[in-house]
Amino acid sequence: MPVLNMVEAIRATLAAEMTRDERIILLGQDIGRNGGMFRATEGLQQRFGEDRVVDMPLAEGVIVGSAVGLACSGLRPVPEIQFLGFASQAFHQLEGQVARMRFRSQGRFPIPVVIRAPFGGNVRTPEMHSDAHEAKYANSPGLKVVMPASARDAKGLLTEAIRGEDPVLFCEPLRGYRLIKDEVPEDDYATQFGRLRTVREGSDVTLVAWSAAVVVAEQAAELGAAEGISCQVVDLRTLVSLDAGGLGEAVARTGRAVVIHEAPLTAGFGAEVVATIVEEAFWSLTAPIARVAAPDTPYPISSLEALYVPSAERALRTIRRVMQAG
Amino acid sequence: MADGSATVAFRGNRVGAVATATERPAPTRILAPDGTVPDGSRPPLPVDELLAAFRLMLLSRRVDERASNLQRQGRLGTFSPVHGQEASVVGSARALDPVRDWVVPQYRELPAMLRHGYTLERFFLYFKGNPEGNRMPDGVKLLPYQISLATQLPHAVGLAWGLRHQGLDGVVCVYFGDGGSSEGDFHEACNLAGLRRAPVIFLLQNNGWAISTPVRKQTAAPSLASRAAGYGFPGELVDGDDFFAVYDATSRAVARARAGEGPTLIEARTYRMGPHNTADDPTRYVDPAELEVHRALDPLTRLRAFLEDSGVLQAEVEERMRTEIEQEVAGALAAAEAHPGPHPAQIFDHVYGEEPARLAAQRRALEDGL
Repeated sequence: MPVLNMVEAIRATLAAEMTRDERIILLGQDIGRNGGMFRATEGLQQRFGEDRVVDMPLAEGVIVGSAVGLACSGLRPVPEIQFLGFASQAFHQLEGQVARMRFRSQGRFPIPVVIRAPFGGNVRTPEMHSDAHEAKYANSPGLKVVMPASARDAKGLLTEAIRGEDPVLFCEPLRGYRLIKDEVPEDDYATQFGRLRTVREGSDVTLVAWSAAVVVAEQAAELGAAEGISCQVVDLRTLVSLDAGGLGEAVARTGRAVVIHEAPLTAGFGAEVVATIVEEAFWSLTAPIARVAAPDTPYPISSLEALYVPSAERALRTIRRVMQAG
Repeated sequence: MADGSATVAFRGNRVGAVATATERPAPTRILAPDGTVPDGSRPPLPVDELLAAFRLMLLSRRVDERASNLQRQGRLGTFSPVHGQEASVVGSARALDPVRDWVVPQYRELPAMLRHGYTLERFFLYFKGNPEGNRMPDGVKLLPYQISLATQLPHAVGLAWGLRHQGLDGVVCVYFGDGGSSEGDFHEACNLAGLRRAPVIFLLQNNGWAISTPVRKQTAAPSLASRAAGYGFPGELVDGDDFFAVYDATSRAVARARAGEGPTLIEARTYRMGPHNTADDPTRYVDPAELEVHRALDPLTRLRAFLEDSGVLQAEVEERMRTEIEQEVAGALAAAEAHPGPHPAQIFDHVYGEEPARLAAQRRALEDGL
């Protein structure tokens, strides 16, 4: 089985799906001849032509907004937003239009649009490039929010997103594009939304994460193991659809939970995870649930970002605290 | 009454107004406010077409009156009358082919939607708050009402681009206003439309008002049509109260788009004679004298005068139209009022194609509580 990094898995999936379905067209800034800022679309314009891999003007609103119209015409657009932070300039189209056209039209106009957007910190990008804005979109009914943490899942979840009928915000971890490498089956498969993945078995505490934070959770679990703490690690994979039942079952097995995410603490998706654990597994809890998140500040300029983005060491301190509490 | 297949010649000035950056240009006009055609020869329009257009304008005016009364009686929610803009809406809509062209509406274009295949019953349902009213009938080339202004413009460009991508010859006509032209989506949509030579017509109805904000507080530009130059496609300023001027400009824009020559911006300069919507009180901000000036330019009166002078329309023909319209409106209203209304669980329908488990649980909880 070939080992691919995440960006290779995404590129291969886009190519495979475009070959399978000619209704799929890609649109975004610098995705054509340049192959995308991170080479996710490298070679695709040469292969599929300028009509299917379309370089767009620098305007997030119309990249997303025109995708709505393209979908209404019967196509299946896959727009790329260069950085999730800039999707705020298309938020009115994403939250107000993409997410609810099916609902507003009572099913007449489904919007099978997959918006790919890299995000996340610790890659020393300039300001405004790194924010983890997933919670804003998870609070936008009609949209699904997908956040793979492995190359295998990037392929399976992107395939599922492209073949589905619902609009999907597909968040890709910048730091993981080349760092995350794993075995990716060559056969055709789609990974169902709403099923979390157990990354590591453990009996003392459940670490809950998604996207690049899963890597941090795995590192923290290693550090914990060296101290005799057995950490289970689960990857939510999709925030919408949320695997509430799976989350409750996972935490019930250990009785303790630590949620790790890159976004600021307040109103981050971790709050939703904690509330769900309380609803699903309250009687199994033996300690208060804790969150490891960014502080409630704007994303800082690069020399401070290592302090901002949760690290394995910071997660370990929280894990120790949770272990002492109950 | 004249033979339906006969044609009526009308005359007008073919030269479009050239918008400059400094002076407020005069819009192209074919039909004078008194219903005469001052000069120049024009291609003829079939009598059937003229009568159908007039009837649609008459219907629109009647629905405005009826719906305003129903709103006051609490039988209908807040809605926005077309009153004053009938020539602009109907003149553009009738230049489209409902079989292959698309209409992307805002919320003040009922006659354009009806012409394309929407129904009055659905109109009443929508403004009674029934979600069925926003479901365009299958096969009808209409997007839903748009409430978040100007967001429909990028949709229209994508739709037009998508049709062309698939080798279809449809044209998209998207409606918006002077207020909407201030939104960033207007700029982004025009820019992309020019780049992709999308077969789209930006039908900007400049009705003078964005709720209480007059157009002079909306922009320093003397003409909104002149903005098209910045996007690399033509813009044309027409008298929006002149059915022929709007019809003519839209027909030429359709032909251009169909031939692969790209988008057109049409600024139809008209006037909102009624309130922004039934919750608005325009007496707080509209100068009555200005209203009177525009009352004299009424698009319906103007077309009627032309049709009567041309021998196409007689009083008894209009009377017959009014009787039919009355029945049509009453029938649609009765059907909408007889509608059982949405099932409560319909709130969950069509949010997703594949419903997340959590939403399915919420649906079950609601159904269990009923």
